[in-house]
Amino acid sequence: MATRTSTKNNSNGVAAITADEAIKPSNGKVISKPASPQRIKVLKTYKNYVGGQFPRTESGRYYALVLKGGEVVNVGLSSRKDFRNSVLIAREAQEKWHGKTALNRSQILYRIAEMLETRTAQFVSELMSQGRTENQAKKEVEASVDRMIYYAGWCDKYNQVFSAVNPVNSSHFNFSSTEPVGVVAAIAPQENGLIGLVSVIAPIIASGNTCIILAASTLPLCAVTFGEVLNSSDLPGGVVNILTGDVAELLPHFSNHMDVNAVYISTNDKELIKLVETNAAINVKRARTENEIDWMDAGVESPYRIMDFLEVKTTWHPIGI
Amino acid sequence: MDFSSGFSYAPAPESSSHVKLQKQYELFIDGKWQKPVKGKYFDTVNPATEQVLARVAEATDEDVDKAVKAARKAYDTVWSKMPARERGKYIYRIARMIQERAREFSVIESMDGGKSIRESRDVDVPLAANHFFYYAGWADKLEYAFPGKKPEPLGVAGQIIPWNFPLLMAAWKIAPALATGNTVVLKPAETTSLTALKLAEIIQESGLPDGVVNIITGAGATGAAIVNHPDINKIAFTGSTGVGKRIQQSIAGTGKRLTLELGGKAANIIFEDAALDQAVEGIVNGIFFNQGHVCCAGSRLFVQEGVADKVIRKLKDRMETLIVGDPMDKNTDIGAINSAEQLKRIKEYLKIGVAEGAEMYQPSCAIPKKGYFCPPTLFFHTSQSHRIVQEEIFGPVLTIQTFRTVEEVIEKANNTPYGLSAGVWTDKGSKIFNMTTKLKAGVIWANTYNKFDPTSPFGGYKESGFGREGGLHGLSAYLKNS
Repeated sequence: MATRTSTKNNSNGVAAITADEAIKPSNGKVISKPASPQRIKVLKTYKNYVGGQFPRTESGRYYALVLKGGEVVNVGLSSRKDFRNSVLIAREAQEKWHGKTALNRSQILYRIAEMLETRTAQFVSELMSQGRTENQAKKEVEASVDRMIYYAGWCDKYNQVFSAVNPVNSSHFNFSSTEPVGVVAAIAPQENGLIGLVSVIAPIIASGNTCIILAASTLPLCAVTFGEVLNSSDLPGGVVNILTGDVAELLPHFSNHMDVNAVYISTNDKELIKLVETNAAINVKRARTENEIDWMDAGVESPYRIMDFLEVKTTWHPIGI
Repeated sequence: MDFSSGFSYAPAPESSSHVKLQKQYELFIDGKWQKPVKGKYFDTVNPATEQVLARVAEATDEDVDKAVKAARKAYDTVWSKMPARERGKYIYRIARMIQERAREFSVIESMDGGKSIRESRDVDVPLAANHFFYYAGWADKLEYAFPGKKPEPLGVAGQIIPWNFPLLMAAWKIAPALATGNTVVLKPAETTSLTALKLAEIIQESGLPDGVVNIITGAGATGAAIVNHPDINKIAFTGSTGVGKRIQQSIAGTGKRLTLELGGKAANIIFEDAALDQAVEGIVNGIFFNQGHVCCAGSRLFVQEGVADKVIRKLKDRMETLIVGDPMDKNTDIGAINSAEQLKRIKEYLKIGVAEGAEMYQPSCAIPKKGYFCPPTLFFHTSQSHRIVQEEIFGPVLTIQTFRTVEEVIEKANNTPYGLSAGVWTDKGSKIFNMTTKLKAGVIWANTYNKFDPTSPFGGYKESGFGREGGLHGLSAYLKNS
C-alpha cells in the first residue's frame, strides 16, 4: 500500500520533494507514521525489471522521490552499464519471443491486460500517491488495460494488413511480409506514469520485438509495478526490460548503442530529438521520434505504431517444375 | 574443362549510330536547360574505352537552390493541385517514351557506365520503363494502399542515386515520388549522368509541368547541398553505408523524412540437396551480374561441405566460359568496371584478400588492354574475420566458405552489419522457409538470385538502410499518412 494519509513528517530536517519535482538525491528517508498503531507497514523497494527479475541498479545510485503524504521512496538511478546489460538480455530474448506464434503473443498480451486489471487498486493508489486525483488515476488505469487489449488483438492481424503478394512480371512467386526490427530502446513518455508506458511497450512487443524502456523519471512507481504485472503474465523474461533513471543521462546511450535496432522517444524538446536522430546514424538505427501527445486519447491507437518497428522482407521463388 | 579449343565468338557489337549525345549538358531546372551559375563542367568517360563522351554541368549550392525553388513552386502551384488521375497520365507518358527510346537508352547506359549491353537492354531499361508504368497507376488509388489513413504528399523530394543502375535508380526514385504528388530534385552519380539527362529530355517532351522534376548533375558536394537545403521535405539516397550515415546525421532534428538504400554483403547459401547446376548459375548471376556493382550482390558464398568440391569445380568450369570485355558486344557477360577509382578500390581488396591468407582464383579469360576491367575472381579459404568477407567490395569478387549445419550457416550469414539480401538454394520446401525466415535481410531469393520487379519492395535491414522502394510498400516513403 503506497498511499498514506499521514501528515508530512519533516522532523529529521529533510525537505519534502514532491513527485513532480526534479530528481534530487536525498540524504535520508522520511518514513511516515504508520496508519495503524498496531502494525508497522512493510514498504516496497522499487527496483528495475530486467530479464524477468528485479535487480537493483548495478551503480548503487538512487534518487529520492517524496510521495503525496510524505513517504519517501528511493528509486534506482540506472547507469549505462544497466542499460548495456539489458540490451544483451533483450537481444537474447528476441528470437525466442518472435518465434512464438502470433496467437500465443496475442494471448500473452491479453494476459498482461488481465493482470493489470486485477491490480487496478494498486495502480490507482500509486498514481494518486504521485499526484493524480482518484478519478484521473482510475481512468488512466482503465485506459491502460484497454490499450493493452487493443494491441493484443493486433498480434495476429497486422501482418495480414501490411503484407502483400506481389504480381511480378516473371515466373516467380513473390511476397512481402513483415518481421520485427529486433531490439528497441524506448524512453517512456514523461508526462504520465502508466498509460504512456503501456502505449509505447504494447505495439513494440506485439510483433516480436524486445525492448528496454526507461520509466518516466518523476513518475516511476507504476513502471516498476508494471514489471510485476509482466512477471506474472507468461511474458518471457527479457522481452520487456524496465529501468528507472534520468533521461538526460541515459538517452545518449539508448540512441548510440550498436546492438539496438530502433530507438523511440516522444518529447517536445527539439534538442533531445536531434540528439537521438544524430546518434541513431552510428548503426543506421531506426529513430522514431514524435512530440508529446495525449496518450489518454484512443485516437493514438493504431497498427501503424506496430509498423513503426517492423521490417518488410520480400521473398522470391521460381514457379516451375 | 577445356574451353580453349573449338568455338569462338565473332564480335557482335551493338551500334551506337542512332544515339544522340550532345557535347555538353546543362542542368535541367524548371523545365529548361540552364547553365550552372558558377560555369563549371566535368567530363563523363566511357570506362571501356577511356574516351570522353560529353561534358556535364557541375551544380553548386546556387544551382541546387534554384532547382529546389522550382520544385517548390511547381508543387505549390501545379502538381499538388492537379487531379491524381491526370498526374498518373503524365507518368504513363514517361513510361511509354522510355519504351520507345529503349534502344538508345540501353546503348548510352552501356557506353557511360560500362555494363554489358545485354544487361542494359534486358534488365535496366525495361525495368525502368515498367517502374514508371507501375507507379503511374497508383496515382489515383493511394487511399487503398494504407487502410484507415489519408495519404498526402510530403512536398519536395531530394533524391541522390548511385552509378550502378543509373536510369533504373532514377526511375525507382522519381516514379513513386510523382505518383504520390511530390516534386523532385534528382542528382545522378557523377560518373553516370547521361541517361538521367536523357530522361530529362523525355520529361521535357512529355509536357510534364515545369519544375516538377529537376535533374542536376555533380558530385558529393552537390549531393550535400541537396541534403542540407532547408526547403526540402524528404531525402531519398541510394549509395554507400558511409555516406548514408552522414546523411542520417545531417538531417537529424530537421524533420526531413529519409529513406536509405545502402550497402550489402549478401550470403548466397548452397545446400547439398540443391539443384547444383542451377545453383552455379545463381552464384554466377549473384556476383558477376553488372560486374558485381550491385548492393545486393551475392558476394559471400556458403557451400555445404558435402558438395563443396563439386560446386567449386562446376563454378570454375562455368567461369571459363564468361566473356569479359566490350560492353557493347552482345556476347559480353562482364563489362567494364565503372570508373578508374572503383577499379583501384577492387584491386586493393584483391591485395588485401591475398595478404590475409585467402587463395585467389581467376579464370584464364582475356582482358582488354584499354579501359577498366577486372576478371571474375574467387577467394577460397576465407573466414568470417577476413576484410574481404566483412566489407563491401562492389566488384566481381566472391568469397567462398563452407558449412556443415543449418544453424552454423544462419549464424555466419547474419554475422554482418548489413542486411540487404540473401540467397538460398535447396530443393526442400520446409528448409527454404526456415532459412528465409531466419536470414536477416530485406530481400531473399530462394532458388533464384538478383531478380527485380516494380511490384516487389526492395530495401534492407540493419546498416543496409531503411525504407522500401518498389511495390505498395514503396509508396509510404513519399506520403504523410494522417
